[in-house]
Amino acid sequence: MYIIVVGAGKVGWNLARELLDKGHEVTLIESDRRRYLTVEQELEHNVSYGDASELWVLERAGIQRADMVIAVTGDDEDNMLICQVAKEKYLVDQIIARVNNPRNRRHFDLLGIRPSVSATDLILRLLEHEVPEYGLVHLLDLQEEQLEIIEMLLGKDSNVTGRRVGDLKMPDGSLLISVLRAGKGFVPSADTVLEEGDEILAVLDPGKEDELKALFGPQGNGSNGA
Amino acid sequence: MFVLIVGCGRVGSSVARATLREGHTVSCLDEDPESHARLEVGLEKSWEDLGGQFTVGAGLETEALEAAGIGHADVFIASTDGDNTNIVIAQIAQRQYEVPCVIARVLDPLRAEWYQRQGLNTVCPTRVAIDMLEAGVREAAGRGGAAAAAPETR
Repeated sequence: MYIIVVGAGKVGWNLARELLDKGHEVTLIESDRRRYLTVEQELEHNVSYGDASELWVLERAGIQRADMVIAVTGDDEDNMLICQVAKEKYLVDQIIARVNNPRNRRHFDLLGIRPSVSATDLILRLLEHEVPEYGLVHLLDLQEEQLEIIEMLLGKDSNVTGRRVGDLKMPDGSLLISVLRAGKGFVPSADTVLEEGDEILAVLDPGKEDELKALFGPQGNGSNGA
Repeated sequence: MFVLIVGCGRVGSSVARATLREGHTVSCLDEDPESHARLEVGLEKSWEDLGGQFTVGAGLETEALEAAGIGHADVFIASTDGDNTNIVIAQIAQRQYEVPCVIARVLDPLRAEWYQRQGLNTVCPTRVAIDMLEAGVREAAGRGGAAAAAPETR
């Protein structure tokens, strides 16, 4: 694949290096002269100097034949517009944008820039994963497909411990897909009996979280455990 | 009309004053509190006394845009010193808040032209300068420089 990476900071540089190692053709674009000269010593002709916000810089890098554009500069506006132009003007198949300030994510969505990746959000997700008190953890959101996969830890006061999976009234639009018990995952059958400490994985339509929390969460408690 | 101007530098502040003088309601949003002083250059009273609004905040912050009144703006002008900021916030005004008239200042002529074709109203000062300078050269060539330029041109 031919991949254009914009922004030769730590993220962009390492990304370009990895992609080159995997055998892809890569052009890394950097607008800071000094940074460009540093990176160029290692990546040589795979680095191009210029402001990728400007169309001619993208064209010089061969955006017309690029299969993918990845914008990972430290500036959210730049990342948004580079991807917008790549997608809408040059019809690049695949774009990936970095979100620096997670509060800007809605702007990326508004302009149709997907997927967008935010390190801050990822760390927050990990934090949720590590701290079970958070209850329901989003593992994967497929926005376009309108599906999400969540994980939930069954605490000792859970409604469903000791009950058969076949007896659960799963909300419409949700499906129990896996149980993690003592470090091993398995696909439950109707006869599987849930235990305290189990982690369940479910796929569901967006907006079903609260119903699921009510089913699997603490007894006599609906959505939030305040 | 309610006019919201984001970016209150030389361009934004001049447009703000002129618009206010014509009797419209004007709200300005700028990151720099100091730009309030630029608004009041040449005014006999304070900006607020004349009915103007001024909000400190970044154009990309939804809260700041809403505090400045984007929800009921008839006209939205993006005139910060950054092309990318202007293009992004103008699209937010268009798509999210459905402001009827949105104008973005874009210095880069190539992108100003492309976004214009995508339905975003752009104003390109660089394009204006290029056209005027080209016209100036052409005019000079038509006068005194005619003899020197003549062999090639025709």
